[in-house]
Amino acid sequence: MNDTLQRRRSYTRAAITLVAATVLYELVALSGFFPPVLLPGIATIWKTLFAMLADGRMIEHAGATLYRVLLGFGLAIVVGLPLGILMARFKPIEYFVLPLTSALMPIPSFALVPLFMLWFGIGNLTTVLIVFYAATFPMMFNTWTGVRAVNPLWLRAAGAMGADEKRLFWKVIIPGASPFIITGMRQAFLRSWIAVVGAEMIAASDWGLGWVIFDSKEFLQTDVMMASIVVIGCIGFVFERLVFGSLERFTVYRWGMMRMARG
Amino acid sequence: MHEVAAFAAAPPAGTPVSERLWAVARNTFPFVVVGGVWEIIAHLGIFPIKLFPPLEQVARAFVTLTLSGVLPLHALETLLRLIAGFGLAAIVGVCIGVLMGRSRRMEDIVLPLVAVLAPIPGLAYAPLFLLWFGPGEVSAVLLVAFVSVFPVIFNSWTGVKAVKEIWMRSAQALGADNHRIFRHVILPGSLPFILTGLRLGLAQAWRILVAVEMLAAVPWGLGWLIFGAREFLNTDVMMAGITVIALIGLTLEKYLFQKLEDFTVVRWGMMESMGA
Repeated sequence: MNDTLQRRRSYTRAAITLVAATVLYELVALSGFFPPVLLPGIATIWKTLFAMLADGRMIEHAGATLYRVLLGFGLAIVVGLPLGILMARFKPIEYFVLPLTSALMPIPSFALVPLFMLWFGIGNLTTVLIVFYAATFPMMFNTWTGVRAVNPLWLRAAGAMGADEKRLFWKVIIPGASPFIITGMRQAFLRSWIAVVGAEMIAASDWGLGWVIFDSKEFLQTDVMMASIVVIGCIGFVFERLVFGSLERFTVYRWGMMRMARG
Repeated sequence: MHEVAAFAAAPPAGTPVSERLWAVARNTFPFVVVGGVWEIIAHLGIFPIKLFPPLEQVARAFVTLTLSGVLPLHALETLLRLIAGFGLAAIVGVCIGVLMGRSRRMEDIVLPLVAVLAPIPGLAYAPLFLLWFGPGEVSAVLLVAFVSVFPVIFNSWTGVKAVKEIWMRSAQALGADNHRIFRHVILPGSLPFILTGLRLGLAQAWRILVAVEMLAAVPWGLGWLIFGAREFLNTDVMMAGITVIALIGLTLEKYLFQKLEDFTVVRWGMMESMGA
């Protein structure tokens, strides 16, 4: 079968599915079988979303959440990336950090939320630290794996051509490990995005998408909840696809290190 | 990526005793250092002892709670919830994923829905589930299932699609019918991916479950234990609870799935073909 034809058919089917799911939801919502407070129609959700966007509330919530995520995620990169490289390059550091990591990694970040609330109070600090905790390990682990996975042949080839330690590091090891490092960033961001929503719900502060969802439960504002979920999904999607996707395209794909998934 | 779990440096059997001792010492050394620093800070009294209890107090809380049966009961409750939620996700996820991999139509129908729903962190749905299904058991289990189903779907789907065309054609040439191809070629061929999916799903279920227990107001469970202990400033109880959570998490990730993989895909020699 013609390839473009097949693809066009896939897109049509996808569109039909999404439309059908929306219509189905709308019908269930309108049927009055469930109270409309619990199951608001699509129109209500849109109206709420636009109202919240227009008066700036949603933007402030999203801004607060993004601030926490980016701060925690940035910290995780600043700590995790060098630590991963050091672990892979120096045995004593690996021997010291690895057992600690394997003991800490299985602890879900949410388990620490109550403890952090006691230590650091409610608000930004706790949330940022939880995000940091959630994101550091994937970052560090992938960097460590990546540096160790650099093809020894490349190292020897570069060495034979007269590259010194410094050039070897910047021109061979770092580019060689970059697919793993970028995967690590991606995983770390995903983790932090999940962690921030949970942390905001539990360690409630006054702003943040997670907080607004949890808070609107108290007032049965299901439409606000749905609108916030839509915003959370959109931001996550934008980061996952656009930011990390293009990062990958500009580095590892261009260097021919990694083919597009599934060959 | 999680293969390098605890004691990665554990030597294979048959190495000299001195070397094995050296490995044990090397693995315990970091814990001794960190524990020592913790003790010093705790006893210096920089932070209130209520908030920063010394390790012996945590150990005492751990032993007391274990002996009185409180901690095991909480852990059991959490595990049951995990099994119920993850079991649901595993069954539904593998079925959907395999169907998606086998039928183009199914793929076109389900993929957009999955693609829209999956990137949203599962916890964002938590309050919604609480409103719909009420606080307690049903919400917790459904939420865990909902969160962990996506990695299972994705990996089963990829796995079925990654089965080599040439295996199917050779099985066909050898006279296998559709049913046999499915059972003897597609299922074993996609199993490494399915197992990876289950592993990721379980890890995610475990992570979320702790938070869900805090939010969903269930009467028992480790998440609830540490959240409840906060009210009374029982930091030692919280630490004991966190320790149990870490131990269970480690066991699930390291032993359960490692064994499962050893018994199936590694024995069939499939893992190597996946590339290390």
